[in-house]
Amino acid sequence: MVLQALAFYFFAGIVIASAVMVISARNPVHSVLFLILAFFNSAGLFVLQGAELLAMTLVIVYVGAVAVLFLFVVMMLDINFTELRQGFRDNLHWGIAVGLLLIVELVIFLASWQFSGAIEETVVAKQPPVESGITNAEALGQIIYTKYVYFFQAAGIVLLIAMIGAIVLTLRQREGVKKQNIGAQVNRSVKESVELVDIKPGQGL
Amino acid sequence: MSQQLNSDFPIPDIVVALPEVILAVGGMALLMLGVFRGDRSTRTVSWLAVLTFLIAAVVVIQQPGDRVVAFGSTFVVDAFSKFVKVLVLLGSSVALIMSHGFIRSEKIERFEFPILIVFATLGMCMMVSANDLISLYMGIELQSLALYVLAAFNRDSLRSTEAGLKYFVLGALSSGLLLYGCSLVYGFSGTTTFEGIALALTSDGASSAQNIGLIFGLVFLTAGLAFKVSAVPFHMWTPDVYEGAPTPITAFFAGAPKMAAMALFVRALVGPFPDLTPEWQQIIVFISIASMLLGAFAAIGQTNIKRLMAYSSIGHMGFALVGLAAGTEDGVRGVLIYLAIYLAMTIGTFVCILSMRRTEGMVEDIDDLAGLSQTKPLMALSLLILMFSLAGIPPMAGFFAKFYVFLAAIQAELYTLAVLGVLSSVVGAFYYIRIVKVMYFDEPAEAFAYPMSGEMRVILFGSVAFTALFFLYPSLLVATATSAASALF
Repeated sequence: MVLQALAFYFFAGIVIASAVMVISARNPVHSVLFLILAFFNSAGLFVLQGAELLAMTLVIVYVGAVAVLFLFVVMMLDINFTELRQGFRDNLHWGIAVGLLLIVELVIFLASWQFSGAIEETVVAKQPPVESGITNAEALGQIIYTKYVYFFQAAGIVLLIAMIGAIVLTLRQREGVKKQNIGAQVNRSVKESVELVDIKPGQGL
Repeated sequence: MSQQLNSDFPIPDIVVALPEVILAVGGMALLMLGVFRGDRSTRTVSWLAVLTFLIAAVVVIQQPGDRVVAFGSTFVVDAFSKFVKVLVLLGSSVALIMSHGFIRSEKIERFEFPILIVFATLGMCMMVSANDLISLYMGIELQSLALYVLAAFNRDSLRSTEAGLKYFVLGALSSGLLLYGCSLVYGFSGTTTFEGIALALTSDGASSAQNIGLIFGLVFLTAGLAFKVSAVPFHMWTPDVYEGAPTPITAFFAGAPKMAAMALFVRALVGPFPDLTPEWQQIIVFISIASMLLGAFAAIGQTNIKRLMAYSSIGHMGFALVGLAAGTEDGVRGVLIYLAIYLAMTIGTFVCILSMRRTEGMVEDIDDLAGLSQTKPLMALSLLILMFSLAGIPPMAGFFAKFYVFLAAIQAELYTLAVLGVLSSVVGAFYYIRIVKVMYFDEPAEAFAYPMSGEMRVILFGSVAFTALFFLYPSLLVATATSAASALF
């Protein structure tokens, strides 16, 4: 139990620290690297909760695809980030004031609730069984194509729209681009593409 | 186990969702057609999309009026969903037909345009039939994603791109609020289905602390949904997106998505939270009053007619929310009647806006309408009828729309709301009638260059005839709306 708590505070502390670094690092590449660190430690938190599939998905999808994509974007776009940050200091005191106000409100509200002991008995969402003998992936596989087939199909169509949208908004047919024409390639015969030249010894072409 | 699996996935479920299946399969088939035939086929794809909408609408009407749930009670078909789905499909088909001339003249005629509208409409139908927090979110996301792309469809125009980006960023923010609300509601009720949440609220074990948690979630849920119907204070995106998006897309935004979002709003409050009515009633009363007042006052200073229509739509959503604020069956009936009449009025108005074209291109200023009564008397007369109706002057349809929602508000003893509503409607009448004044009494500006196409004439005629002659035979719409509203209670 103690070990688990220690691991939790270790991961959670790194997540928060690296999240702060994401927004405060001067170099945007460092920001993205800290973001990846935050993702890895969130995955650790998921493992602690027994959600190993979610942890792996987070690493594969967010670190493997999204964060690397961010890295590419940051490196390829020539954005002057110091210019973007101008005005940050001017608005800082407002931001801090509003943030503090929100924190105070949340603390007052949640504390009254927490100390009355009501919060434990009110969260009624099902807790996952600790030792059920089936893995996350198995449990998900049992329902995703049957009970949740409607959501599964809907999610598929959402992704289809994302694809159509990306193509509509970015694909441009440019003039003068050399493209592979497979039909023409296949239709070429040996006669028109290969020429046998008989070269006598000692002579060049 | 296998038997149980079979019973989890029965064929009757697909029959319940047949209109959605038709839209999804139709959209994908049209996508294939478009990909293989290229942009030449846009007009064909567009008409086939309209045909798909009509087939889906016929299937919707044919479905039984009783309440049927499917897919583990995450999807519901009842008289309410049928009523709104017909409105949505009608709005989408008309918006698609209206876009033909525009996308050709603006050189954005690409086959993805009708296909995105088909998928957006699919999302709207799923929203209307949502009976679960997950299906609610899936429907909203499906719809919104297609709408973001449509707003930015004219990608070479800076304003259109800006509209799309703004809509996307703010829409993602509102999705975040909505999801946070959903997660709280799930955490404190233990289920995502609407019936389950309603049950968790009424069960004896429901403590007051649990209700606080649910109200917390409900507030965020309401904020997310208010964004989708562009109610104040979540309306900021509307004027910019309406102004920047291509005009037929603005016409589409003002119609079908508003119907679906408002229907979802009604169902997501009345379905799972009937026992929290006093709590959400306060929120709805506030956003309703704020929307009506902002819609009335902010529109006065506008010179661009698309921006004006954006503020007008914010105001009208405020009026429709008056019915929801009542929280009664009569109130929901008022909302449905309001939506149907608003759809007819806004379609007609946008047909007129779309025909504001000179030789150098589209014009969008109210001053460009000056002296329209002399250059195009019929269009001026149509716009006059529509403006009077939008202002709510009897005997136009817009008056009856407001009449039914205010009636419900008075019956629910929300007198302040009703009085403020009537007052803001008087303020709003100013800018609608100003357009009439510009058309009839100002010096004529340069005439619009192109005549309306045949299909635009038909749509405008239908819309104006409905608006002007509604008072002769209101019972058909009112009776259908009454039975649709009773399905929720």
